[in-house]
Amino acid sequence: MTGWLGPGEWQALALSLKVAFWATLAALPPGVLMAYVLARFEFPGKQLVNGVVHLPLILPPVVTGYLLLIAFGTKGPVGSLLQEIGIVVAFRWSGAALAAGIMAFPLLVRAIRLSIEAVDPKLEQAAATLGASRLWVFATVTLPLILPGILAGAVIAFAKAMGEFGATITFVSNIPGQTQTLPLAVYAFLQVPGGENAALRLVLISVAVAMGALVLSEVLARRIARRVAGT
Amino acid sequence: MSLSVSLRHSLPGFDLDVAFDAPPGLTVLFGASGSGKTSVIEAVAGLSRPDGGRVVAGNHVLLDTKRGICLPPHKRRLGYVFQEARLFPHLTVRQNLAYGQWFAPKSAAREDLGRVVEMLGISHLLARRPARLSGGEKQRVAIGRALLAAPKLILADEPLAALDEARKAEILPYFERLRDESPVPILYVSHSATEVARLATTVVALETGKVTRQGTATEVLGDPAFRPGGVRGVGAVLEARVLVHHDDGLSELDANGARLLLPRVPQDVGQPLRVRIAGQEVTLALSKPEGISALNVLPATVQEVSPGAGPSAVVALQTQAGRVLARVTKRSVAAMGLAPGLACYAIVKSVAIAPSDVGG
Repeated sequence: MTGWLGPGEWQALALSLKVAFWATLAALPPGVLMAYVLARFEFPGKQLVNGVVHLPLILPPVVTGYLLLIAFGTKGPVGSLLQEIGIVVAFRWSGAALAAGIMAFPLLVRAIRLSIEAVDPKLEQAAATLGASRLWVFATVTLPLILPGILAGAVIAFAKAMGEFGATITFVSNIPGQTQTLPLAVYAFLQVPGGENAALRLVLISVAVAMGALVLSEVLARRIARRVAGT
Repeated sequence: MSLSVSLRHSLPGFDLDVAFDAPPGLTVLFGASGSGKTSVIEAVAGLSRPDGGRVVAGNHVLLDTKRGICLPPHKRRLGYVFQEARLFPHLTVRQNLAYGQWFAPKSAAREDLGRVVEMLGISHLLARRPARLSGGEKQRVAIGRALLAAPKLILADEPLAALDEARKAEILPYFERLRDESPVPILYVSHSATEVARLATTVVALETGKVTRQGTATEVLGDPAFRPGGVRGVGAVLEARVLVHHDDGLSELDANGARLLLPRVPQDVGQPLRVRIAGQEVTLALSKPEGISALNVLPATVQEVSPGAGPSAVVALQTQAGRVLARVTKRSVAAMGLAPGLACYAIVKSVAIAPSDVGG
């Protein structure tokens, strides 16, 4: 494998997987919570919340990246706070994960929200009459029933995080080994003469990873759906 | 344990204003769709919040808007049987049954899972998931799930309405056993006179949000002015006991000394049961008929004639067996001179008594 890929390319792939994995994992809990709130509650300002969640999807990625830089840069309001407790995300792989997670967040929320809306609220009512508090209803009825949706959302989020470019390069720049994920590496290779072959190899890897994730999720989702439906 | 309910709530089209006290046993909230009975049961369950009211099960206050008490559903200690079973599709039958048990207080008097499973005849289903159950099986599991939650109040919202006749006949006896064996009060919503006749200890009749009648099944269904679901739904209930099963497929019942012949009933000799006699299956005669095929001829006295809106009237009759209602035409009332005090005969074909109208 390492013989076929140059060390820089290998590094970019490993970094991309790491960034996308953590971005997805970190986005999941707030994603599920946000999807649940949007699917099951009516409150003033709901449309505003919904709009903010979707912002990364509609804003130019460069704008999102720049906003992140303002907020999370070492001099930014959030970044300086984080720095005091010893966390720096600007120009680090964790910053790339943050950018990827935020860009993937709306896709994650949409997929999970759809699956929550497909759960019959009557089942949740039945669980409540049997003595389950709202939290228990969620844990024992809603969550198991939306697992396929969560999985689908996670795969889309992972794929989006693997491919994130604009926000990442704006926020954390293009530092090999630190923040240079696959798409950034492809871009970098295309900037230098003779880099086309390396770029092409990375493109093929991107396609393979994306397809692999999709197939895996299809198989898993089908298996979970079968278990949930009980057939 | 008894149940006391008073509720006020504005609904689209009419105002709900209901108050009733239910003695122990099974109370049927009886009314046509749109009468507000589902709103009542949902408010009792805590699934909706009424404008005002008070609900007390035993000494357990579930709702008291004056004192600002409105327990959430999960704190009401309910066993709710819904129309569409609502089993959890991702859990096995055993896990569904155990679901409520898990949340019941450790100190609560518990039903034994094995006993409930045996009573409902679902032991062979325990490992299955709901998707692989028939409608009747699902509803039996739902009843078991409600029972095993150690409830202080059992609610049933038209639990038979989604089932076909055969499945209804399969489930009805379980509610009869529940009524007779469980100390927990049961509030049962229904629009079926058959279910009232078979199940009700007490009937609370609702019409556009108001209680119009309350009493025992015999009292309420024996009222000729009470027309559940139109005049075709009229039918009084007799209390009887199985005397003997004959070889020709008939069962002979003793209703307060009067003999009734019915198609074979499943109950054992000596068992009490209720028989609903549909008003339109009763024929009246002024003299004792002879040479007719009908097997039940009861000497009767007319108590009341209640004309309906259409061509028919409902005649209330006192017989030795109890109150019987007959639906006849107004023309017959005039031709026969039917009036209170008149002696006549009520004729009921054995085969006209529906098996579903006979039960413990």
